[in-house]
Amino acid sequence: MAAALMQTGRRSLLTSTRLSAQRRAMATATLHTESLPDLDYDYGALEPAISGEIMKLHHQKHHQTYVTNFNKALEQMHSSNDPQTIVALQSAINFNGGGHVNHSIFWKNLAPISEGGGAPPQGSLSKAIDAQFGDLDKLIAKMNAAGAGVQGSGWVWLGLNKDLKRLEVQTTMNQDALSSKGLVPLLGIDVWEHAYYLQYKNVRPDYLKNIWKVVNWTDVAQRFEKA
Amino acid sequence: MGLRVSGIALRRVVVVVVVVRFQLWENQAMATSSLAGSVFSSNTLRNPIGNVATMRKRLVRMRAPRAEFQLRPLPYELDALEPHMSKETLEFHWGKHHKAYVDNLNKQVEGTEAERQNLSELVLSAYNDGNPKAYFNNAGQIWNHEFFWSSMSPSGGGEPQGELLELISSNFVSYKEFAEQFKRAAGSQFGSGWVWLVLRKDGKLEILKTPNALTPIVWDHIPLLVVDVWEHAYYLDYHNQRPKYLSKFLDNLVSWQAVGERLAQAKAFVNYGEPVTSEL
Repeated sequence: MAAALMQTGRRSLLTSTRLSAQRRAMATATLHTESLPDLDYDYGALEPAISGEIMKLHHQKHHQTYVTNFNKALEQMHSSNDPQTIVALQSAINFNGGGHVNHSIFWKNLAPISEGGGAPPQGSLSKAIDAQFGDLDKLIAKMNAAGAGVQGSGWVWLGLNKDLKRLEVQTTMNQDALSSKGLVPLLGIDVWEHAYYLQYKNVRPDYLKNIWKVVNWTDVAQRFEKA
Repeated sequence: MGLRVSGIALRRVVVVVVVVRFQLWENQAMATSSLAGSVFSSNTLRNPIGNVATMRKRLVRMRAPRAEFQLRPLPYELDALEPHMSKETLEFHWGKHHKAYVDNLNKQVEGTEAERQNLSELVLSAYNDGNPKAYFNNAGQIWNHEFFWSSMSPSGGGEPQGELLELISSNFVSYKEFAEQFKRAAGSQFGSGWVWLVLRKDGKLEILKTPNALTPIVWDHIPLLVVDVWEHAYYLDYHNQRPKYLSKFLDNLVSWQAVGERLAQAKAFVNYGEPVTSEL
């Protein structure tokens, strides 16, 4: 009996030693950190649709802050073993992580006119748009209406519903991920006031009207084909 | 025959004159009113006699009492809060954003039961116990903005005095601690919204943040102070630096006098002590 107990004790001891070694390894494993992606164009390259002043602030301040705070929240979560703390960090992770993801898509969705910005979509994406919305102008009108109607801060998206195999226009609040609505993000337009206020002030519809001149449909099409 | 024609013409001219004088009176009485403008359109100038019937109809409608919401004038000049809140910011924030909420609410409630309610009643009924009606956003935003403008003063900022300071200290340990918590709440309001100091019905002070158009009157709290943290409130003056805007608000803009007045009024609604019951 004693021998059996000893055996059990030894096994447990071995197991627990292995487990603490694992834990120690995890603790010293390099925490993945995100970094601010570079733009593919100069800050002033999207003028006059979006001013260089806005692009610089939007990228260097707003997006950078999302990245910084996302990394901070991740680190806090990683170094905590209190479930209450971890749960409480989720809103900061969702908000800042969402902001980082959304803006990373946004910068790629835009391009200077000289590099194809504003040139209408071709191929399978164009066919899908016509089939779903009638034509490109109707899609733009729908997205502009939805974007103007966002009360507060948020985004208007063209997304792909993979289950139903169709394109959809959808809005999200704050920095919520489009995936929370079951869609793959193809094209996002930021309608937070910081995205347009210095140039367009309260007239969000003018910003929405003009941004289509620099939408990079090639990038949108790539996302559509890859999805 | 000639006399009859001139009699009719004279009556019509009199109506036109009455309408014009009414219009001038209305312009003096109200700061901005789309209602006044709707009676006397430019068409009337071009064809005064032909539009008499339409004008008579509009006059009759005007005589019936209507609670049309107005853009309440600011309690100070547009440049009075410089340099902490610029004239340009107020021109857009009050003159465009706040005005748009007023115009849009009037459009939404015209011809409905709601147009006869006062603003607070409308906000509460629009909130609909957490299932807000379509016009809640505009109604809430008007309420919040009016409260915001009068939460600031050109001679504002700094620490409160007397009873107000005591109340803040007893609820938050010190004014400094209150300020830190208030600023932290503002920084952690993800997205658009408002940060409030409210008096609860149990007599305690609380710092609350609400998203978008929400106001704590729907939870039966008594607001004492609010700061707008929608980006349009500070972007022209501070860009992304919301914390700097909050510091300027507390150091230079907050009207502790207004807060004190609201507190005094609130005492009628808050039970500050145990009721004395006689022992039988």
